[in-house]
Amino acid sequence: MSITYLEAIREAQAVALRDDPRVFIYGQDVGAFGGAFKATKNLAKEFPGRVFDAPISEDAMVGLAVGAAIEGLRPIIEMQFADFSTAGFNQIVNQAATLFWRTNVPCSLTVRLPFGGTSGSGPFHSQSLETIYAHYPGLIVMTPATVEDAYSMLIAAVAIDDPVIFCEHKFLYYHLKAEALPSEALPIGKARIAREGRDLTIVAYSAMVHEALAAAAELAPEGWQIEVVDLRTVKPLDTDTVMASVARTGRLLCVGEAWPWGGVTAEVIARVASEGFGLLDVPPQRLNAKDTPIPYHPNLWAAHRPTARAIAAAARKMLRL
Amino acid sequence: MYQTVLDAEAGGGSAALRDLHLSAYRFMLQARLLDEKLASLYRAGKIHGGVFLSRGQEALSVSIGVSLRKTDVFSPLIRDSAGRLAFGESILDALQTCLGSALGPMRGRDGNVHRGRPRDGYLAMISHLGAMISVVNGTLFARRFKGITDAVGATCIGDGGTATGAFHEALNQAAVEKLPLVLVVANNQYAYSTPNDREFACADLADRAVGYGVTPHSVDGTDLSACLEVMGRAVAQARAGGGPQLVVASLLRLCGHGEHDDAGYIDPRIKNSPLGRDCLKVAEDILLSRHWADASELASWRNEAVRAIETTVARVQREPAPDPFAEQWTAVAGTDLRETHEELGV
Repeated sequence: MSITYLEAIREAQAVALRDDPRVFIYGQDVGAFGGAFKATKNLAKEFPGRVFDAPISEDAMVGLAVGAAIEGLRPIIEMQFADFSTAGFNQIVNQAATLFWRTNVPCSLTVRLPFGGTSGSGPFHSQSLETIYAHYPGLIVMTPATVEDAYSMLIAAVAIDDPVIFCEHKFLYYHLKAEALPSEALPIGKARIAREGRDLTIVAYSAMVHEALAAAAELAPEGWQIEVVDLRTVKPLDTDTVMASVARTGRLLCVGEAWPWGGVTAEVIARVASEGFGLLDVPPQRLNAKDTPIPYHPNLWAAHRPTARAIAAAARKMLRL
Repeated sequence: MYQTVLDAEAGGGSAALRDLHLSAYRFMLQARLLDEKLASLYRAGKIHGGVFLSRGQEALSVSIGVSLRKTDVFSPLIRDSAGRLAFGESILDALQTCLGSALGPMRGRDGNVHRGRPRDGYLAMISHLGAMISVVNGTLFARRFKGITDAVGATCIGDGGTATGAFHEALNQAAVEKLPLVLVVANNQYAYSTPNDREFACADLADRAVGYGVTPHSVDGTDLSACLEVMGRAVAQARAGGGPQLVVASLLRLCGHGEHDDAGYIDPRIKNSPLGRDCLKVAEDILLSRHWADASELASWRNEAVRAIETTVARVQREPAPDPFAEQWTAVAGTDLRETHEELGV
């Protein structure tokens, strides 16, 4: 038996609903239909009165979740696509993110963002928005790369007393499989060494972890041992694990699917450069999507985002230095 | 139209109605006097940031506060000093917030009208207009989820705020969920400086209710008796399962948007129309004409309120300001989820 990344997300929500009567799910088409991606399949039937269809009102969806959190509930909001969360942006960053700081009342809610590029999805169904949410104080931003993390981190997200932006990658939904669901997990906020190496550190998160691992596999026959760090959460950012890895390798390449201006990769490099400059043997580099909206055509899309081949090429340049 | 609805009762009225008026009037008076104190503290340079007064909107606002139960939800907006006090806010909370005391509910992290105690059903507004409505929906949704079915939630907005997407989404959401929401629109004729005819094109904002499947109510916001009657009815209908209620009040803000604003844009014809009446004066006339209070009682209530405000101001001015060195510089509740990385302190 195997379970996909998407099924793990569905199972995590079933566990949350089963174990905590304060949990409910609210989002477009999440009820009887089971969600646009079927991430809530059968949950409305299994948990009557706990899964609610919402009108196409992202702002009001998040606002309702904030009110419910004030009353002590633990809502899970499904955005149909991460891209549409910008229509609820104000409630996320100004209401949910500031509530605890302003009033001392925790705002425990989870916003699930199906994000990232898939071939043919185009500019408005492909975006990676972890950077803009991580920018705001008060939010936790999770970017699970594995089936196991998708499961355990979503359960953790619901249990956390802070608003969590849960970035689940659509490209991984069906492709990524695991044999079983985990019974234990790394703490939230800790990065994971996805592959050990001594020549160069690639820091990645979400789907880019798999591109980085493929690049590392491509470079292995050439004699290079690449270490891959999976950030797991981009906020909080586990600077210690990154720094320890760079201390071993002396080379840092940061890979993200988001746009290049600012962002998670820039943040990682800024931290390593300011705190661990002496650890670096060569200038740190980063690889992101191109600075354009995300193209629809597969030929363009494949060149728009970092791929294993592009990562390997960037790594080779750094290794030759 | 601007006669009080109670005049028709020709001097009658139950003791309960009298007590409701007296209670409402005293909160209005407290709110007005508190506003006046805040304005003078502002002019004396004792208040950081803005000061936003409720002058002219006390009758409408207080009618919300006195119509709600303490177990209900209230999310006031910028001009709800009277409603806040009537719902149970202390003068101390108000002054601690406006003067930036570390001991107040907002601990110097936010000021002026941005105060509340969400755990008590008294929400703290953000500045983005329309954003609190769906939050109130959420509290009501949660209470129903928990099996509490007799709670009402009220929130306020101005004519300007009705143009936001958040207003539309939230009112539609409340209607879809049949929530016991009372949404009060104070049409004070201007969104900051912009007159009604540059804000919306429908004949009457109350007409919008039908489009949402919501019950409309219209009221003369300068008339305390009318406000008490209409708001009492709207709250009762919401509590009885009648779904969301939209109350639209006509009135005029008798001050600037904030104390920095001289309101020179207000058309003198509106000022001189019945909309420009001072609702506090109208309320006093009601009490006096119905012999529910005499001039000496009004004067003693005023003195009492002034004393309470002055005493509290003196107390709060002795309270500590927030200490940046003792401040918890984190916005997340989970202590294990805080960023450990720190930029170099300067």
